[in-house]
Amino acid sequence: MIELVSETRCIECNLCVKVCPTNVFDKVDGGIPVIARGDDCQTCFMCEANCPVDALYVAPQPDRRVTVNEADLIATGLLGGFRENWGIGPGRIPNSARIDRNSLRRLQADLGGPG
Amino acid sequence: MSFTENETLVLDADVVVLGGGPAATWAAWSAASSGAKVVLADKGYCGTSGATASAGTGVWFVAPDPEKRAEAKASREALGGFLAEGDWQDRVLDQTYTNMHLLSEWGYPFSSDGGGKPQRGGLIGPHYMKLMRSIVKKAGVTILDHSPALELLVDEHGVGGVAGYQRQENRSYTVRAGAVVIATGGVAFLSNAVGTNVLTGDGALLAAEAGGVLSGMEFSNAYALSPLHSSSTRGAHYRYATFYHEDGSVVQGANMHARTPIAKALLKGQVYASFDQAPEEIQQHLRVSQVDFHTVFDRLGINPFKDKFPVTLRLEGTMRGTGGIQLTDFDCSTAVAGLYAAGDAATRELICGGFTGGGSHNSAWAMSSGTWAGAGAAGYATSLGDRARSRNLKGAGRAALRPTSSHNVEADEVIKGVQKEVFPYDKNYFRSEAVLTDSLDKLDRLWEHVQGEPNLKTRDIIKHRESVSLVANARWAYRSALHRTESRGMHKRIDRPDKDPSQQRRLLSGGLDEVWTEFDRNDPLPESFSTPIKEAIAV
Repeated sequence: MIELVSETRCIECNLCVKVCPTNVFDKVDGGIPVIARGDDCQTCFMCEANCPVDALYVAPQPDRRVTVNEADLIATGLLGGFRENWGIGPGRIPNSARIDRNSLRRLQADLGGPG
Repeated sequence: MSFTENETLVLDADVVVLGGGPAATWAAWSAASSGAKVVLADKGYCGTSGATASAGTGVWFVAPDPEKRAEAKASREALGGFLAEGDWQDRVLDQTYTNMHLLSEWGYPFSSDGGGKPQRGGLIGPHYMKLMRSIVKKAGVTILDHSPALELLVDEHGVGGVAGYQRQENRSYTVRAGAVVIATGGVAFLSNAVGTNVLTGDGALLAAEAGGVLSGMEFSNAYALSPLHSSSTRGAHYRYATFYHEDGSVVQGANMHARTPIAKALLKGQVYASFDQAPEEIQQHLRVSQVDFHTVFDRLGINPFKDKFPVTLRLEGTMRGTGGIQLTDFDCSTAVAGLYAAGDAATRELICGGFTGGGSHNSAWAMSSGTWAGAGAAGYATSLGDRARSRNLKGAGRAALRPTSSHNVEADEVIKGVQKEVFPYDKNYFRSEAVLTDSLDKLDRLWEHVQGEPNLKTRDIIKHRESVSLVANARWAYRSALHRTESRGMHKRIDRPDKDPSQQRRLLSGGLDEVWTEFDRNDPLPESFSTPIKEAIAV
């Protein structure tokens, strides 16, 4: 579930308010958005995918709150991980352009194995 | 929501599309491309809503080579319990082939095969749905985000619009339209499977309130493997998984296709998985193609190729199951005049029968049925001409909107009540007459309960309507499961473990206070059936 809106990073663009499919955030006049309905978060990471400054962190647990520390998330490279891995943002290559399904299929056929 | 309500937004359109995922966006684009004036209204945000946006999916993309096509059609025939139809499959394969080429033209970032040709076997959710939103906007469609439909508007001629609520504008809206396309997705019962909590079966409820018919609701018990403390339901890795009991012993007979041993083991204790059978070269590929899955593992601090991690089976209902609104023709029209359905909201039995494993058929179905429903709805709206403007329409919505009893209803309690009946594997995965009957008794009582006054202090009207929808969908699902006295596709009756040849046809359902089920009289049994069986069924 959504656990962090970074005060230091957020630029108050309110894109997260707009794009969250379950309407978790509320816009605040003169401030950063607040997590108003955290229990409705469906852990889909779509707010992170759309945050231009990597100010949001969604913990993977959909059914419980966890405590996060912004400095740790930055140090471990986890903050902004979804955008980086999906290849979203200026200068990044979308991961869809890097997936080599044909080679994977050939490898799977060659190596045999389970399934 | 606050009740300092603003003035109602009133719009006129030829076609209104409900939903914001692949089926809805293809429908809106298709209708607009046919010259129709289109409004798309989504509960969430078109571009992030639904099961596709937050993940990735294979696509049933098969070159128009007769041999390859025949192989593709045959591959799922037995799994689906022989309920699919060849002509629908042919049409989906053709339409998907066309649409995937359109996506290339529109700039979807496919990878190259090395020879300069795009690899079109799959789509990555965030890139795909961002593109679809921009295509819909370019086509001139008016998009209403955060604007769930609460009810259909109807008259004696059928459906003529929708009424809903714009939750970020605090105002009601109505759209009068010649035709409505329902593309709101399936029902996953708020199970937290990634991206599915917007999929509360709203479309089936809207259709049923207008007299619509559902099909295959017994095929509503798809469960997806998921690391326990995550929402992720990506499946490709489990091909390389070993499953373990708590004591470290292997769960015998379990693999990505054979979930029954896993469900049985989960009834007794925690089950663990490890992708310890994945060769190094394969691991590298999976890290790229299933990047969202790996990002989740990074955050959980798990190396899934080495570590054993707890897994669960998460209910995905009709999202990965195949039941939904019955279609009456290739244009995705339904039993109600002016009402069209597409994607997971419509029955996918036509191409999958009673089973789907991966997303490839689902994504192909969404883009194909969406394309047809949009064109069909636009054609119907045009045929109405000016008559569409002068209809005397009324809201068809019932429970939570027009209470018939004065007691107080808490949406959260209703939702928990439904989940208690549909989540457990010993009720929904392994079905039996006794357990289904007991659950239906509780669900019928919940249905009576939701006829009361929704408590709008603790929950908004949208949540209340969702809770009503969950009760209704669970009742159609279990009444159908009770009626189909055999095992077929994903529908497993432990008291009726075999296929019954006389039930090799689609099962229809509908109704609200009185739920009805009946085998489809227009679904002919195969020629190969002996005359005595056919005569027995005809009685």
